[in-house]
Amino acid sequence: MTSKTNALIYFLAFSSGFSIMGIELLGGRILAPFFGSSVHIWGSIITVFMLSLSFGYLIGGKLSTKNASLTRYGIIFVLASIMVLPIALFSQPIMEGIFVNVEDSRYGSLLASTALFFIPTIILGMISPYSVRLLVTDSESSGQVAGVLYFVSTLGSALGTIITSFYMVLAFEVNTIIIGFSITLGGLGLVAILAHKASRSVTQSTSQLAVK
Amino acid sequence: MKINNLIISLIALALILISTTSFSRVIHSERSLYRNIIVEDKKDLRCLKFNVKSSKTNQSCMYKGNPDQLVFNYTKLVFSSLLMIDAPKKVLIIGLGGGTLSNTIHHLYPQATITNVEIDPAVIKVAREYFGFFENDNVTSIVQDGRIFVKRAGIKKEKYDWIILDAFNGDYIPEHLLTKEFFEETKNILTDKGVISANTFSVSKLYNHESATYYNVFGDFINVSNQENSNRIILAGHKALPNITKIKERVKNLHPILKVFGIDINEISKHMASTKKTKDWPENTKVLTDQYSPANLLNL
Repeated sequence: MTSKTNALIYFLAFSSGFSIMGIELLGGRILAPFFGSSVHIWGSIITVFMLSLSFGYLIGGKLSTKNASLTRYGIIFVLASIMVLPIALFSQPIMEGIFVNVEDSRYGSLLASTALFFIPTIILGMISPYSVRLLVTDSESSGQVAGVLYFVSTLGSALGTIITSFYMVLAFEVNTIIIGFSITLGGLGLVAILAHKASRSVTQSTSQLAVK
Repeated sequence: MKINNLIISLIALALILISTTSFSRVIHSERSLYRNIIVEDKKDLRCLKFNVKSSKTNQSCMYKGNPDQLVFNYTKLVFSSLLMIDAPKKVLIIGLGGGTLSNTIHHLYPQATITNVEIDPAVIKVAREYFGFFENDNVTSIVQDGRIFVKRAGIKKEKYDWIILDAFNGDYIPEHLLTKEFFEETKNILTDKGVISANTFSVSKLYNHESATYYNVFGDFINVSNQENSNRIILAGHKALPNITKIKERVKNLHPILKVFGIDINEISKHMASTKKTKDWPENTKVLTDQYSPANLLNL
């Protein structure tokens, strides 16, 4: 891995941290019209995010043991991008259905946040362990690499929280912001895939040169 | 120099003495799920406060010696609603506070059913214990988020002829109770001849957005306010304005009854202005929706 691809991986991890918390924060806004603004709304949202992140870490780690590559890493982003979209597109009918069928707004909000956020957050959770796999070259530096990665992605989460809540909600509609996250994630995934292709063709041509 | 210092400290001491003579006493405080609740006595006045001990955050006040007498201007202004409708039969109040509105309306119309919706059970408890809020066969209180109550009432096809929106957290009206969608849901549970009265502030960046949002859902509405304070009551949802003679007749009938509660309906009726005549917000003002409701940020 070159230092350029390493920088790209860190940037992608930063962006996924940013998006996760941006989406989590908007979750409160999305659920409020149906389930109110009581504390249990945040209980539901945070529970679902933590739970799906934990599964995401597990799956992402497992996935990284077989043929780990920047292309596969990029595919995770593209998948996340697709799974985030239903939050903007179908949240109304989903929440309406749950609202009509579940009287208790605690379980209603828990169900709704599961329906909306569980799958995309699992996929976003896969990114951290996969990043570690791509970045670590020897066991000596593995702890340091993981440290920098946590730093970068958690910093992204902090900024995603504050920028979304302080500024983005003033400028944009909730769905616009969600779609913005989706496009960003998808775009970055494609960049990773393209970067992998480019670096592969470079190595191929250099090895061809060496043969000559 | 020294004499100057002495004079300054004497003045300071005098000021401290003056300020402590009108001191107020906290008689109850508790931390609920949502906020700090403080009940404070100051001579004959008892006030309910959320979060902080400044007078700005008074949610509700009453005179202990004369609990029927309304203290706040805005509570008095709410009764301008009665000029728009016949005697109400089903009243919905979102946001209990000290329960003053509920008590007063029950005194006025003992036959009317009054449903109070309050998110914080601790507020209901404090209203009962310290502000004389009472419930009976006709007066009930429900612990629920106002938005959820209104949505469920809509599904059950319930209708109310007087809906009072008075939900406040420590800062302002919760964002999800200040959107186009919420107003539509509220309109959905209003009878044909009913009226919605909303308590809002008149000094904030939010003013124009609120007006635009009400106008978007209800069409022309009535602003009730008086110069001295910063509250405005919005009366909306009525199909048509009652004619002048009808209003005059209602003023005449209500005046003696409302006088008992310290409400001068004659005076209040002079401060009602329909947006039909003056729209005081720019036409391109953004309507608040569930998608776009940075209400509390705009209110800074």
